[in-house]
Amino acid sequence: MTPAALLCLFFILLAPLAPAGLALMNTGLGRSRSAAHAMLASLCVMAVAAIAYFFCGFAWQGFAGGAAHSLPVAGKEWNWSAAEPLFMRGRPLDGSPASLVVLLQMLSAGLAALIPLGSGADRWRLGASCASAALLAGLTYPLFAHWVWGGGWLAQLGANYGLGRGFLDAGGASCIQVVGGLTALSVTLIIGPRRGKYAMNGIPAAIPGHDAVIVLFSCFLMLLGWLGLNAAGAMLFTGAEAGRAVLIAVNTTLSAAAGALAAVAITGARFGRPDASLCANGWVGGLVASSAACAFVTPAAAVAIGSVAGALVTITVAYIEWPLSIDDPGGAISVHAVGGLWGVLALGIFARFPNSVSGQWLAQLIGIATLIGFVLPLTYSLNWLLNRLYALRVAPEGERQGMDLYELGAGAYPEFVTHNEEFTQL
Amino acid sequence: MKLLGLLLLAAGWAITLAAVVLLKTTLERSAFVLAGIGVELLGLTLVVRAHQSPKGGSE
Repeated sequence: MTPAALLCLFFILLAPLAPAGLALMNTGLGRSRSAAHAMLASLCVMAVAAIAYFFCGFAWQGFAGGAAHSLPVAGKEWNWSAAEPLFMRGRPLDGSPASLVVLLQMLSAGLAALIPLGSGADRWRLGASCASAALLAGLTYPLFAHWVWGGGWLAQLGANYGLGRGFLDAGGASCIQVVGGLTALSVTLIIGPRRGKYAMNGIPAAIPGHDAVIVLFSCFLMLLGWLGLNAAGAMLFTGAEAGRAVLIAVNTTLSAAAGALAAVAITGARFGRPDASLCANGWVGGLVASSAACAFVTPAAAVAIGSVAGALVTITVAYIEWPLSIDDPGGAISVHAVGGLWGVLALGIFARFPNSVSGQWLAQLIGIATLIGFVLPLTYSLNWLLNRLYALRVAPEGERQGMDLYELGAGAYPEFVTHNEEFTQL
Repeated sequence: MKLLGLLLLAAGWAITLAAVVLLKTTLERSAFVLAGIGVELLGLTLVVRAHQSPKGGSE
């Protein structure tokens, strides 16, 4: 392996810290009586996503320059899907760039599948979350990721239609974060709010997370994971040279920092003191928004991107809860969907390239339109069908008992006193 | 209303794709892509509203 490939492998091996941190955050923001269930679901979802990606995900996604299905449209070749064999047959895993893509994508598919768990906390059945993860990692994620990272039609917008360098996303703000965030929105709409979340007049009840310490600690883990994701993604998918990893790391850190501080300022101004869970969400929102443009912007722009992301996340978390009446305990829709969409757009606004070509922002807008107009209906329909075949939501008795006792038979903290009905007084 | 919202989401994307293929200048493409995103946001609003229960979504 070349030194650059070894460095890239090192970054990829940091990436699992992102799902580890996200699993801890989702668990901490849920109730104590569902904590073991949340962590086990995270583990199972990662496992199912890896298997589904191995089974058919890579066949859809492929890599730039690999076999693909194209369709001629008005004299241009539109690359819609990869044409790799199932089970990664014939794909040497030898340290070549294509093999590094396989490794990074398997982990990225798991991270995308983990995002909806934050929204479905305390009511999403274990089996149903695994089935949904299989659909995400086996179909939705690889299809969109091929369009962006596999030489698909979004990546070719520059070559085919003169729109900048085509749709760009170095670290997965769109492919991982927005795809996961839109799936979180779909699942949340389908399964509905937690029991007792909304009163009959529509006013939401506060159901605080059970462990702010692990929520805040998870932010440090996610920073490491994101450094790996952004650097490895930029090297593999945008051709960034190894030396650019320093700029990517600086931008990622600054964006997260600005996101957290924006959340501190906004919650401090609004509530009179900072809100720990919203500040953690602001940090992760900054990380998410940094992913697209981390390799193409100056550190000052990264601060601006992170600040806006932190503000957007803090504001939309409240707006989604009320008046939209969408119960998202982990804030996944705001952090990953809204933060990711902003990150994609920010690349079009702030990115500067040598020999720049106009139209980059339009390519980014077309990517955003594809996420909202194609990925959202697709993931909603798949989860709606799944819900028809196998109910996503646990029985009312399961919510009363807590997911730990109902689905696992034992709680995460057996020696602690729990208050089962304190938030379910309806 | 839910189905209509999903159809509007897809229609907005179709407008965007058509703008890329059929139009030539950046100004025309930008206008139609923004129009497509506007249609998608309308569809998203309908989908979300279709899931809100009249009494606030409580079980």
